[in-house]
Amino acid sequence: MAKFVLDFEKPIVELEKKIEDMKEFSSSSNIELSSEIAILEKKLGKLQKEIYSRLTRWQRVQLARHPDRPYSLDYIKLMAEDFVELHGDRLFGDDKAIIGGLARFSGRSCMFIGHQKGRGTKENLFRNFGMPHPEGYRKALRLMQMAAKFKKPIIILVDTPGAYPGIGAEERGQAEAIARNLREMSKLPVPVIISIVGEGASGGALGIGVGDVVLMMENSWYSVISPEGCAAILWRDRAQAPQAAEALKVASADLRDLGVIDKIVPEPLGGAHRDPPQAARILKAEISRELNKLVKLSPEVLIKRRLEKLRAMGVFSE
Amino acid sequence: MEWFKKVRLGLKPQKKREIPDGLWTKCESCGEIIYKKELEKNLSVCPQCGYHFRISSQDYIGIILDERRLEEHDADLQPQDPLNFRDSKKYPDRVKAAQKKTNLKEAAITGLGQIDQIPVSFTILDFRFIGGSMGSVVGEKVARSIERAIHRKLPLVIVSASGGARMQEGILSLMQMAKTSALLGVLGDHSLPYISVLTNPTTAGVMASFASLGDIVIAEPKALLGFAGPRVIKQTIGEDLPPGFQTSEFFLEHGFVDIVTPRSQLKRTIALCLRHLL
Repeated sequence: MAKFVLDFEKPIVELEKKIEDMKEFSSSSNIELSSEIAILEKKLGKLQKEIYSRLTRWQRVQLARHPDRPYSLDYIKLMAEDFVELHGDRLFGDDKAIIGGLARFSGRSCMFIGHQKGRGTKENLFRNFGMPHPEGYRKALRLMQMAAKFKKPIIILVDTPGAYPGIGAEERGQAEAIARNLREMSKLPVPVIISIVGEGASGGALGIGVGDVVLMMENSWYSVISPEGCAAILWRDRAQAPQAAEALKVASADLRDLGVIDKIVPEPLGGAHRDPPQAARILKAEISRELNKLVKLSPEVLIKRRLEKLRAMGVFSE
Repeated sequence: MEWFKKVRLGLKPQKKREIPDGLWTKCESCGEIIYKKELEKNLSVCPQCGYHFRISSQDYIGIILDERRLEEHDADLQPQDPLNFRDSKKYPDRVKAAQKKTNLKEAAITGLGQIDQIPVSFTILDFRFIGGSMGSVVGEKVARSIERAIHRKLPLVIVSASGGARMQEGILSLMQMAKTSALLGVLGDHSLPYISVLTNPTTAGVMASFASLGDIVIAEPKALLGFAGPRVIKQTIGEDLPPGFQTSEFFLEHGFVDIVTPRSQLKRTIALCLRHLL
């Protein structure tokens, strides 16, 4: 598999390759190189720390979009058992950009819902690059209301470059579908845990993003508009996206400081794509911890707390 | 061979028609030159083609509320700059410029009024103020107008004109969508009617939250409505958009607007709906 390497990852990947080569050479030629390897490994550790401890917001956006990053179905496979995928909004069709279904998670049946991107061109076209149409949001709502009916907690994974801007999407009421979800999700009588695992672009993300707890993976981004969209409008140049990402404050630490998310979920060093099983283990532990707290609350308390949290959002003077 | 000679019958350069500044205006749709006083009398609707000019929040208050009167609430809410946002301008400077231009403190004005003697909780967005965009203040004013409706057991009327969520307040603007929509859920639980009036343009974050959630959705003719802007859609799909795409009439046809009504009938239509529901 051809490995995709981001610019700022290159020095690390090159050094790793060098160490790998040395190890191979050492074992095949029986030449003792362990001290040299140890020096390089130390250097690698230092380099990784150096690069990853001061990632810019734009670099995090790039990590969130890394083509090897785990997607919703990967996480579900790694975190839960007995997944049964469910399809369709019962109104128009089945959107491939949003997936959902029931699975066993930490000993409980839960409803999983998530944006779904594809790997490679063919799969990405099938998934519409994780950009939902209205039927995706309506499918998600149908599944959430089913979960409410059977008292199952809802676990949502957010990862979208945005709701799809197209003719069919407008004809079928993209705005209405998202607006309805915002209203209805605030009233769900079961625990709803949101995890931003990759890209959280605007209304397309929020349309399945209202919950009791919002977790955000370290290298994911979440914003009112994509950096490119913002750059196109305010700088009149999409190439200014890195600058827009800084101005919009899209990183997990920013959102925690603004009080919009509850917790940052750490990723394996270098990002979730460097070790998906480990990323999933960490995420699972965080979701389980939150879920165990939320299942103790009554539906009334859940709804009241959720509403109060939303009600408090905003910064203004008076 | 005189008859082969090409005779140009096309447009001759004409002397520019002198339009005294301030007295006349040109219709943005059909090009008709209209006497300004006549246009105002016609509620800023072109008498020739029916094009609805964009009007200010004050004008709408005059058209919709009895005695042109709004008892304004929460007038002192002012935006902050939580992101320390800067593009070509600093955000606080942008706000100041908008305040100076419009003589408003923010893009939303909210309060209590009467429509054909029916007391209502009323909010209106003004597109002239940073594109009617929703940041924390607009979200908060909408939220409070919903709560006012609940506490006083009044119906809610919101007149929207907005390009969406305000980028300069980042993620906090996005959260206003969830905040306002969640509160509309509570309003609905109290069986209080909400009438959403869509004017030109209402798109993106505002359309994808409270503006779409009216029990009854009324739109002015030919307003631009929708989730994504037409330019973005055109770029994404790489083809021209069909005529009439994303107009009020388009959304009426597709089932997302209840009534398209001309400005002259707006007040009457709102009042009629409220009387039926109350």
